[in-house]
Amino acid sequence: MNPVHAAVDLPDPDLIQVQTLDEITVKFAGDSGDGIQLAGQKFALLASAAGETVRTMPDYPAEIRSPVGTLGGVSGFQVRTGSAGIHTPGDRIDLLVALNPAALRTNLPELKANGIVILDESAFTATNLAKAGYPGNPLEDGSLRDYRVFPVQIGKLTRGALKGLALSTKQTTRSRNFFALGLICWLFPRPRAAVDEWIEQRFAATPELAKANHRAFDAGWNYGETAEYFVSPLHVATNQRMREAGVYRLVTGNAALAKGLVQSARRAGLSLFLGGYPITPATEVMQELSRYRDPDVHMFQAEDEIAAIGSAIGAAFAGALGATSTSGPGLSLMGEFLNLAVIAELPLVVIDVQRAGPSTGIPTKSEQADLLQALHGRHGESPLPVLAAATPADCFATVVEASRIALRYMTPVVVLSDLSLASGAEVWREPALDELPEFTLHRSVAAADFKPYRRDPETLARPWAVPGDPGMEHVIGGLEKAGESGAVCYEAENHAAMVQLRHDKVAGIARDYPATAVHGGTDACLLLLGWGSTFGAIREATDRLRQRGRSVACLHLRHLNPLPHDLGEALRRHRAVLVIENNSGQLWQQLRAEYLLDLQRLNKVQGTAFRIAEIVEATESLLETLP
Amino acid sequence: MSQTTVIPAATAELPTPPDRAHFLSGTAPRWCPGCGCFGVLKSLTATYARLGVPRERLVTISGIGCTSRLPYYTGTYGFHTLHGRAPSVALGVKLVNPELSVWVISGDGDALAIGTNHTLHLLRRNPDIKMLLLNNQIYGLTKGQASPTSPLGLVTRSTPYGVADAPINPVNLALAAGASFVARVADTNGAMMEEVFAAAHAHRGVAFVEVLLNCVTFHDGAYAMITDKDTRDEYALAMCPGQPLLYGKQQRKVLVADNGRILALPLAEGEAVPDQALRHDPQAGDAGLAQQLALMGPPDLPCALGIFRQVQAPVYGLDPKPD
Repeated sequence: MNPVHAAVDLPDPDLIQVQTLDEITVKFAGDSGDGIQLAGQKFALLASAAGETVRTMPDYPAEIRSPVGTLGGVSGFQVRTGSAGIHTPGDRIDLLVALNPAALRTNLPELKANGIVILDESAFTATNLAKAGYPGNPLEDGSLRDYRVFPVQIGKLTRGALKGLALSTKQTTRSRNFFALGLICWLFPRPRAAVDEWIEQRFAATPELAKANHRAFDAGWNYGETAEYFVSPLHVATNQRMREAGVYRLVTGNAALAKGLVQSARRAGLSLFLGGYPITPATEVMQELSRYRDPDVHMFQAEDEIAAIGSAIGAAFAGALGATSTSGPGLSLMGEFLNLAVIAELPLVVIDVQRAGPSTGIPTKSEQADLLQALHGRHGESPLPVLAAATPADCFATVVEASRIALRYMTPVVVLSDLSLASGAEVWREPALDELPEFTLHRSVAAADFKPYRRDPETLARPWAVPGDPGMEHVIGGLEKAGESGAVCYEAENHAAMVQLRHDKVAGIARDYPATAVHGGTDACLLLLGWGSTFGAIREATDRLRQRGRSVACLHLRHLNPLPHDLGEALRRHRAVLVIENNSGQLWQQLRAEYLLDLQRLNKVQGTAFRIAEIVEATESLLETLP
Repeated sequence: MSQTTVIPAATAELPTPPDRAHFLSGTAPRWCPGCGCFGVLKSLTATYARLGVPRERLVTISGIGCTSRLPYYTGTYGFHTLHGRAPSVALGVKLVNPELSVWVISGDGDALAIGTNHTLHLLRRNPDIKMLLLNNQIYGLTKGQASPTSPLGLVTRSTPYGVADAPINPVNLALAAGASFVARVADTNGAMMEEVFAAAHAHRGVAFVEVLLNCVTFHDGAYAMITDKDTRDEYALAMCPGQPLLYGKQQRKVLVADNGRILALPLAEGEAVPDQALRHDPQAGDAGLAQQLALMGPPDLPCALGIFRQVQAPVYGLDPKPD
């Protein structure tokens, strides 16, 4: 086999000793017990520490424990790293590390033509090949001829390196991930010392395993250096922008949501209460919160989603920041209680980490198809604000904004995330508490002239007197309220006025928004418009198209209700607008109804995110048809 | 930072001694004349006045149904929530502010049909929340349909040929759920209601009280045998901790166990209570006898009233979590 430098568009690989690549997408894949996630995450963190921009995406097997070596049991971790301008975990893989035949077979369709495969040759046994459904051995039958394949006896070499340690066969096999990590860390040079230190910390309780991982890592590294497969290490370009000082961490969308709730409550000087019920892919939010020992962070695991939101509403009534996290089916169950929060006008943050529906659908696949449910999925006239997060780290900022709105306007707020944000990760610096926006509360209440539904003239919010506040005892509930007093009232004109008031209160939230910002200029011929997790692919597609000289710009919406006041104007500046969504056109339909504009749409409902290339291609086609 | 100043009203101090009116909202109740709810409101607010808890620290939370209108008539903080869901709202309130005295007001349709799940979980978790289940064996607000506690054969608007499914016994359900305090009272006995409500408040943990409630409009007389002056001696038994289970005119009937079955034994004139008489023990090691007592009722046996069970157990949200 020929020596190689990289799979990505290299001019003349054999002649250059040290290459710098703009970016690289690496995927670690193996059996779910192979420690793939750990190796991938560590590689991503090392890349980030080197100054590169990093986005990651795991893919877990759908079943909890499929038989070892089968296609169903393959676990993967994709890392895209490079200079600035990286906003997605990557369209396709440049370099695949496959620890067994099933991992190879599962991920090969995602590998670029001429891409690199480093595989554990010792795992390509007849049994494993059969489990993966290979009729023959792909290493021998020429079926991999379009790729650059580097078979390495990872299993055998790891066993050799670990000889003499008191380890079971299983533990020895599991150390292959460190061999692979060592090899990749030689190929894309990472500081060995940092890895050594991390192994010491991580495996402090099990010194024998620490020793094993050191040895396996070194064996992988040394293999890279010694074997003549690779001429020299490859360097990935770093993000040249100066980073602010601080602690950076690889954060998933779900972890960022949990963190955002905690920090919002702290910033507001309130307790946080999250009522939750396990549901894929939202469960990590409640799990993250359950780890806090802070008496002001409550996580209550309820008996169902109804009780989850009910308890959060009770907590809000009692003066806490109430929250719940769920996915589409759970949001359906919460509809009735959401309406109670609407009419009782209590601050509440409801997080929907969307997955493919309807019904149980495909719980392990991503989709953006709950937008209409969030906007309209309740009985009666029931307006509430809806926000969407754009990236894993943006989940933090979005939930902070949702909490700000909930408290300032005394309203439930729905935050939309999705599976790809939930499990995708990026490197992020957590802002200090005083970097968060100020929160306005309506707790400054004088008992002398207290009326439970007397409005703040600017926000139309009602006062938030809570049990324990003397002299302001009152009863709220789901029955229609009379103007200021909040007494039960069935009168026709009062009902019409209250419906209007609740509408006006939510519509007024748009006053607080910053001006709508278009990336790429307001004079572009075509505007690509999106919301939620499509941000990265749309943004990179726009940049690529602009590099080709196309007149394209993009705009991403965080606030889906109420829409920004200046949005209609922004849309009208462009000759055409393409609304891009992982659903069948839900925002597209909303915007057409709202602005009476003939917008175009690009939709994908396959349970996976858009590739950048798909958007580029669709946009090019659309541009050709424009006058 | 945020502003969380609350300026108390000048008139917020407790009147001494606080009377019941202080715990009423002043809104006139709109239940049917003669409804058992009036008695419950009276006893509950009289209990509130006895507790020594300032009005602003009391929270009355209900679901949906005739009985669930009760919070509007109290002078405490209140929340009229969703059908069957009051326990979950109450739990959120209590968990973020354990200083509050939280009372759930519910009915048989509310707590035992749509909200059974929440009722069960509230009871087994054992938070320091008090739950009154006002059981009139009928849906009143929707005008007379069968409820999960309607007796077999009852003709209602939704069962013109009679109820065909067996009813739930609320006390038995609460005991099975592991509730640490379980009681039953009748809406006609204000003194017993006040006594039991006060004991429920004093109990550290969840307290479940079934109130036998008469619906004058849709199921009048459901508990007549237990509550009427002429028959109650024969069909109601007030349980006293540590005492033999006696009832009847001049307390001349006693409950005994025969091979695990409860029997009523009449006592002859001047006959002492026999050693084999069952004695009431709300703190018994298990709830077995309490469950048997809960299931008793006319015509063969009396309906047991009072506190069935009162035991100490770790309190959810107050006691430290086990490590």
